[in-house]
Amino acid sequence: MGLFDALRRGLKKTHDKIMSGLSAVLPVGRRIDEVLLDELTDAMLAGDIGPRAVLGLVDEVREAWKAGQIKEAQEILPFLKQRIATTWSEKARALHFADMPPTVILVAGINGSGKTTSVAKLAYYLRQQGRSVLLGACDTFRAAAIEQLVIWSERVGVDIVKHQPNSDPAAVAFDACDAALARKMDVLLIDTAGRLHTQEHLMRELNKIQRVVQKRIPDAPHEVLLVLDATIGQNAINQAKIFSQSAEVSGLFLAKLDGSAKGGIVVGIRDELDIPVKFVGLGETIEAIEPFDPDLFVDALFEV
Amino acid sequence: MFETLSDKLGGIFQSLRGRGKISEANVRDAMREIRTALLEADVNVQVARKFCDDCLEKALGLEVINTLRPEQVIVKVVHDELVALMGPIETRIPFVSQPPTVILMAGLQGSGKTTTCAKLARYCMQMGKKPLLVAADLKRPAAIDQLEVLGRQLDLPVHAERDHQNPVKVCRNAVRGSRKLDRDVVILDTAGRLAIDEDMMKEVSQIANATSPHQIYLVLDAMTGQDAVNTAQAFDERLELDGAILTKFDSDTRGGAALSVKAVTGKPIKFIGVGEKLDAIEEFHPDRIAGRILGMGDVVSLVEKAQETFDAEQVAKTQAKMAKGTMGLDDFLSQLEQLRKMGSMKSILKMIPGVGSALKDIDMPEEELNRFKGMIQSMTPRERQNPEILEASRRRRIARGSGCEPQEVSGLVKQFTQMRGMMKQMAGLGMGGRLKMTQQMARMGMTDGNIPRAKKGSTKYNPRRDDKKKRRRRRR
Repeated sequence: MGLFDALRRGLKKTHDKIMSGLSAVLPVGRRIDEVLLDELTDAMLAGDIGPRAVLGLVDEVREAWKAGQIKEAQEILPFLKQRIATTWSEKARALHFADMPPTVILVAGINGSGKTTSVAKLAYYLRQQGRSVLLGACDTFRAAAIEQLVIWSERVGVDIVKHQPNSDPAAVAFDACDAALARKMDVLLIDTAGRLHTQEHLMRELNKIQRVVQKRIPDAPHEVLLVLDATIGQNAINQAKIFSQSAEVSGLFLAKLDGSAKGGIVVGIRDELDIPVKFVGLGETIEAIEPFDPDLFVDALFEV
Repeated sequence: MFETLSDKLGGIFQSLRGRGKISEANVRDAMREIRTALLEADVNVQVARKFCDDCLEKALGLEVINTLRPEQVIVKVVHDELVALMGPIETRIPFVSQPPTVILMAGLQGSGKTTTCAKLARYCMQMGKKPLLVAADLKRPAAIDQLEVLGRQLDLPVHAERDHQNPVKVCRNAVRGSRKLDRDVVILDTAGRLAIDEDMMKEVSQIANATSPHQIYLVLDAMTGQDAVNTAQAFDERLELDGAILTKFDSDTRGGAALSVKAVTGKPIKFIGVGEKLDAIEEFHPDRIAGRILGMGDVVSLVEKAQETFDAEQVAKTQAKMAKGTMGLDDFLSQLEQLRKMGSMKSILKMIPGVGSALKDIDMPEEELNRFKGMIQSMTPRERQNPEILEASRRRRIARGSGCEPQEVSGLVKQFTQMRGMMKQMAGLGMGGRLKMTQQMARMGMTDGNIPRAKKGSTKYNPRRDDKKKRRRRRR
């Protein structure tokens, strides 16, 4: 399957990076010692997992070693894989649908993380599942953002609700909810403007969008997805934290995983904030979306 | 509120007080903390390791001067090294004598190329140039529209060929046609591309071959993690970069990518992007970013911003009054107004990494400021100057006049007199004492502790300072 390959290819880069470190560090038969653990730390740091999470993981390895559970280098990988992969339960990873349609999915993120493209991919993915999808173009701020989403909506073949540039995004969201209800849509996907988590007024705006949606459809939004660029570093933890305060972030969309970047930060986010990854983006075409598979992710992260 | 690197290092060196020399073991421990700080700031692992090794050499055997604390010495060594590595400041765009100067902008998807192109165009306009924007991103839907909208905002022409599929041709045509349009700078906005995308990387080097740009800049998200090194290296190998522009520095990222990029490519960081508005582009100051990377805050920018908004004359007047202890509520009010003028306090405090998020739930007492203002404005000039005379009946009147409770008036007066006392005390301390007090404040985490320290027993004669004093006296 092509997409599987794409994911592997994308992750291979991550993996090569870590592996070039890890395979060198963990040859068969080498005894575990502090020097090895130091090298292991460095190799994992190179994957953007983040110093805090890495130290935690290495400590767990050290404990297992001291307790006699593992002795040799080649036992470390399976240990880590099991530890990381099991933190993402299947239930947590699944997209949550409303009991009564429409299911409202709010997509947020910082500037340039890939929100609009990810919205288009989600629309395509949900259409493939046979669901009817409506888009809400709530990025009324960035130049030509609405045009960009309109082009995507035409390519995917879904309807879109939009206003003029610079209009109130919450008003667009409200109208989009109305339209989704009236047209009996299964899913409403709301694209929002890129906002840095440090811009408080914009975070309040996001909160307002969520409240307005809630007003129209009481249990909505059913999902708030935070789009993260796979190249992002440690700042992503702060982002996830602060976005969660404005809108209840229920999952991550890890975009641009087809590059040389690692996306290891999701491990740190999972450890600190308990937010699961739900989807990964693997390219610029609309089909380049996959539900997040932790086994595959960790596999590719640590193994050939 | 947030644990600074200095605090952490302070712990390591606690045992060392008074011994006067930094031991190797201590320095090694300290370097481990510094390495973690660098990694938390997204400096590349390899770069961080190399950097710390270099610093270790420098720090070993350093004498600890009595007045300085060892952790401060180490932080200073590291800080200076960081500045040296990331510097020097190099923001000049070398315009060619035979126009047009062609500038090629390249980078990953979502790094902020299009916005940065517009910002750079605006910057060039301020230098008296006439830029042309070229929409060479034919990949992303509506990228051309975006550049055209930005061009309209700047009142600049945008070269776009909507029916073309070949960005190489578009760029070549744009450069050729620029002179006819009377344009002396051509800025090429190329599509975002991954460094590992062979076809796309080939395309951008074709654009470079076809247009022979005078400057090629990599646009990179300041929040980029370990991958910054790979991206910078790959683009530099293909394009021979002239510099990098780091975007989204208005976030609370610590910006370790800056160090990584400079370390692997050796190319200067030209500018940083600090907002969505088109004037939000700044020169890159290694000293400020160094503090940020170390988690010590960008105090210089903070002070500068404060200076911009403070009315210097007013401040001088108030300071003189503070020193004499004759500050009245009027002066207090004008200070509050100045504070408000600085915009939301948060936007300033946000420049200190970590604080932005910590402040999330704290709202600056805007409302309280307004109440203070109301109360003070309900006072007579004499009352404002001597709040001591406010007995119960006056307080009641003021409370009525400003719609508050009399207790609130008492509270204001009490706070104010306390503050005035402290200020007078501080002013009376003289140079050394004041520094000491500021250092104490620094230790409380207010500044990065990077304040010049007075040497003991070396009060140098400074004729200029005396002159100033004389002049001040004469004026009175």
